[in-house]
Amino acid sequence: MSTDAILSFEEAMEKYDPVLGFEVHVELNTKTKMFSSAPNVFGDEPNTNVNEVDLGMPGVLPVVNKTAVESSIKIGLALNCKIAEYCRFARKNYFYPDTPKNFQTSQYDEPIAYDGYLDIELSDGTVFRVEIERAHMEEDAGKLTHMGGATGRIQGADYSLVDYNRSGVPLVEIVTKPIEGAGSRAPELAKAYVAAVREIVKNLGVSDAKMERGNVRCDANVSLRPHGRERFGIRSETKNVNSLRAVEHAVRYEIQRHAAVLDSGEPVIQETRHWHEDTRTTTSGRAKSDADDYRYFPEPDLVPVLASREWVEELRATLPEPPAARRKRLQADWGYSDLEFRDVVNAGVMDSVEETIAAGASASVARKWWMGEIVGRAKTADVDPSELGVTPETIVELNKLVEGGKINNKMASQVLDGVLAGEGTPAEIVEKRGLAVVSDDGPLLEAIDAALAAQPDVAEKIRSGKLQAIGAIVGGVMKATRGQADAGRVKELILERLGVEG
Amino acid sequence: MTELNNSELIRLSAAQLAAKLAAREVTSVEVTQAYLDRIALVDGGADGIHAFLHVNAEEALAVAAEVDAIRAAGGAEAEALHELAGVPIAVKDLIVTIGQPTTAGSKILEGWHSPYDATVIKRLRAAKMPILGKTNLDEFAMGSSTEHSAYGPTRNPWDLDRIPGGSGGGSAAAVAAFEAPLALGTDTGGSIRQPGAVTGTVGMKPTYGAVSRYGAIAMASSLDQIGPVSRTVLDSALLQEVIGGHDPFDSTSLTDPFDTLVAAAKTGNVTGMKIGIIKELHGEGYQAGVENRFNESLELLKEAGAEIVEVSCPNFKYALGAYYLIMPSEVSSNLAKFDGVRYGLRVLPEDGPMTIERVMAATRAAGFGDEVKRRIILGTYALSAGYYDAYYGSAQKVRTLIQRDFDAAFAQADVLISPTAPTTAFKLGEKLDDPLAMYLNDVATIPANMAGIPGLSLPGGLADEDGLPVGIQLLAPAREDARLYRVGAVLESLLEEKWGGPLLDRAPVLGSSSTIAGGSN
Repeated sequence: MSTDAILSFEEAMEKYDPVLGFEVHVELNTKTKMFSSAPNVFGDEPNTNVNEVDLGMPGVLPVVNKTAVESSIKIGLALNCKIAEYCRFARKNYFYPDTPKNFQTSQYDEPIAYDGYLDIELSDGTVFRVEIERAHMEEDAGKLTHMGGATGRIQGADYSLVDYNRSGVPLVEIVTKPIEGAGSRAPELAKAYVAAVREIVKNLGVSDAKMERGNVRCDANVSLRPHGRERFGIRSETKNVNSLRAVEHAVRYEIQRHAAVLDSGEPVIQETRHWHEDTRTTTSGRAKSDADDYRYFPEPDLVPVLASREWVEELRATLPEPPAARRKRLQADWGYSDLEFRDVVNAGVMDSVEETIAAGASASVARKWWMGEIVGRAKTADVDPSELGVTPETIVELNKLVEGGKINNKMASQVLDGVLAGEGTPAEIVEKRGLAVVSDDGPLLEAIDAALAAQPDVAEKIRSGKLQAIGAIVGGVMKATRGQADAGRVKELILERLGVEG
Repeated sequence: MTELNNSELIRLSAAQLAAKLAAREVTSVEVTQAYLDRIALVDGGADGIHAFLHVNAEEALAVAAEVDAIRAAGGAEAEALHELAGVPIAVKDLIVTIGQPTTAGSKILEGWHSPYDATVIKRLRAAKMPILGKTNLDEFAMGSSTEHSAYGPTRNPWDLDRIPGGSGGGSAAAVAAFEAPLALGTDTGGSIRQPGAVTGTVGMKPTYGAVSRYGAIAMASSLDQIGPVSRTVLDSALLQEVIGGHDPFDSTSLTDPFDTLVAAAKTGNVTGMKIGIIKELHGEGYQAGVENRFNESLELLKEAGAEIVEVSCPNFKYALGAYYLIMPSEVSSNLAKFDGVRYGLRVLPEDGPMTIERVMAATRAAGFGDEVKRRIILGTYALSAGYYDAYYGSAQKVRTLIQRDFDAAFAQADVLISPTAPTTAFKLGEKLDDPLAMYLNDVATIPANMAGIPGLSLPGGLADEDGLPVGIQLLAPAREDARLYRVGAVLESLLEEKWGGPLLDRAPVLGSSSTIAGGSN
């Protein structure tokens, strides 16, 4: 894999102004496919969720899934778009074995939703408006797996397997207008934009919105131009950047790479780029020119989609609370300060906190766990906190163990490690690791007596009323019991032993 | 049980057969077997009609036996039988069927069996009509002679050296040669009507959307329409009522019910009706014998009380050109799926790397015939960036103009009339090397497809100079299919009165050695 020269981000920013653009594909969670009655289900045995339409058998015809159209209109409305009263599908013609008909049925120049915007809140509270050019309906292709060969790509593969389960899954592609003026915040904006789209479609209930499953996929366009120039530079399109962190990193990397290319006096090549999570770099894909000829023409097998104003208004009335409004409400419900809430949002754990509260934890407990324990671990593991594998139920169970005095906070943290290591449920781990707080006072008293004997001067201070000195004795007891004692109970017992009123 | 011998039985119309079956004067097994015997007698061999690519004897007889058993048992189930239950039918091999191969007349689908039934096939099965087999056609329905079939041409029962029309020459010849009382065809630019004209049979292209296309292998989606092939106007009406109506699997199929077609065919009447001659669709370029028979039909309609008017459709002169842009454009996309990856023929390149592109290319090079390749190349070119507006875009504008011409014409006339084809059946091989001459056969039928309106072709007599059948085409506004059956039934009865019986009674007798040896004049 060739390595491209890059400039430091700071230097790139000094010299150039980035322009971004995003194509986000959202897989809809309709029961059936875009144009057939086959089930739209992820993860089943290959080539089981298919019928003659999905396989492009001779004689088949597509029929538009009405629920998919409704979902698309909802997405359009949530993105503040206009909804076309009349629009059509087209055929995008190209030969590739993941596309059974050798054309993709997609909207082209008549999208169902167009001319919208999305206000994106950055980490410091700044609001940045991203203009939406269009959101259009299309069908997904099948999934190719290239066997043999080192790269996993078709070049050099011995053979390829194709799974048509994904073929015909409804997609909405959301395309932004060129995004100017983000400056050095471009990577952050990129991540925030994709996060916002993901949040919107999840909130609408029209997509499972799991990036790791490809429910939301982002192609990121980046170009640079010298400061003060109006004309856009030549862009690269980094395909399938499939996590929020990757979106941020990919945009940052492409800015640095473009800057180095421009500095060298070479022209940027208009091409697709592949994102590599392991090296956090991109490599050249296929040259993409505007001359790619897909011979689009209106799909003659489908009648136009007519969205009456009444229908659009009916759908608008069903829209759930927008995420920004939801955030305001959640902050009030949870009683977090602005700073606390923004930290939760920026850490990407708002949904997780909400789910944890819904599972039975208090707002402060949920925040304590996610912000205090899980975010840090996710950072170390270099994944999104929600992808670490901690369920709300785990947190509720851990918290119950703590509140019931079964374990203390320090042990709870160890139990969490055990859960993440796959050792079982919190209760099982407490059992297995023998982590229960020592509640039999006998062994505790022994340890206390030993600690008091070891530090007679401290014992004297406590007897004379200097209660703050008790920490040293407690510390000694905890050390002796390897942290398994309940510190509160230890304190009580020490005072009792010394005949001092607490 | 039957008083009729087999050769009399097979000459009955579908309506007559249905009546005899209902009266239990004959069994469906007898009828079906009579047709299978007829196919065995006249279809095979070097001088056979070759209307069938596949004969479905076992299943057809099983369905026939089932109908007979239900009728014999009587009761509610017998009463619930469809009127055409037990009446056999042949199906153009462009329409997919479970249990029989479907080839589309192409090597690329040789041996392929569909895993599903076309909607029209489901409806035939629901009506319990025995399916005799699959009929020959130009490859993927591209042609006007069946000479482009990868499995050899079909012969015209009127003259075995002549073409039976196309693309549905197999269905038309099967019906004309009494190998089937009914058949299904598909019509993209005249593939039901032109074969009907040159074989002396009835062919109906319903309004676009009147019959589901689901399971008809697409040639040009915006033009294709499945329709009936028969020996009488009433039989086509009966069949269209079986296969027609909305289908949720075809979003272009119409949702509103039509007027009753059979009733229209039974109560034919033209008194006070205005029938419009289309100025552009006769005269120059039309064979004299065709013109004569056309004028004769006009006289008969006038005598029956119709008013004959002349209308002009000035944009029809662009119809053929526009058709040969829109149709190939859709063809180029519709036929992309035949790539050897999932089904049908797969040909590996003889040498060099075994990449997917090269396997697809080798498969398509070997699997498609010249006419199909010609149209794929034409269409690919017409849709290409930089040419789209000039070709596909302009052709769509012509389409709108043709629709407007029809609108204006139907403001002056209830029904339009023209010869179906400019000539009678030409000789096999005569136009094979001249695609343009071949394309001109469809000059009168194409406008109806471009506008989505219904068109009916019925026998108009024999041309004086060659003694071969001439077709008369009737056209009505969209959704007015019933009007065509009403007028068609009148003209048919007037003509048969004049001839003293059906035109096909004057066709040469097949199956005797003299006819086969004699061939043509």
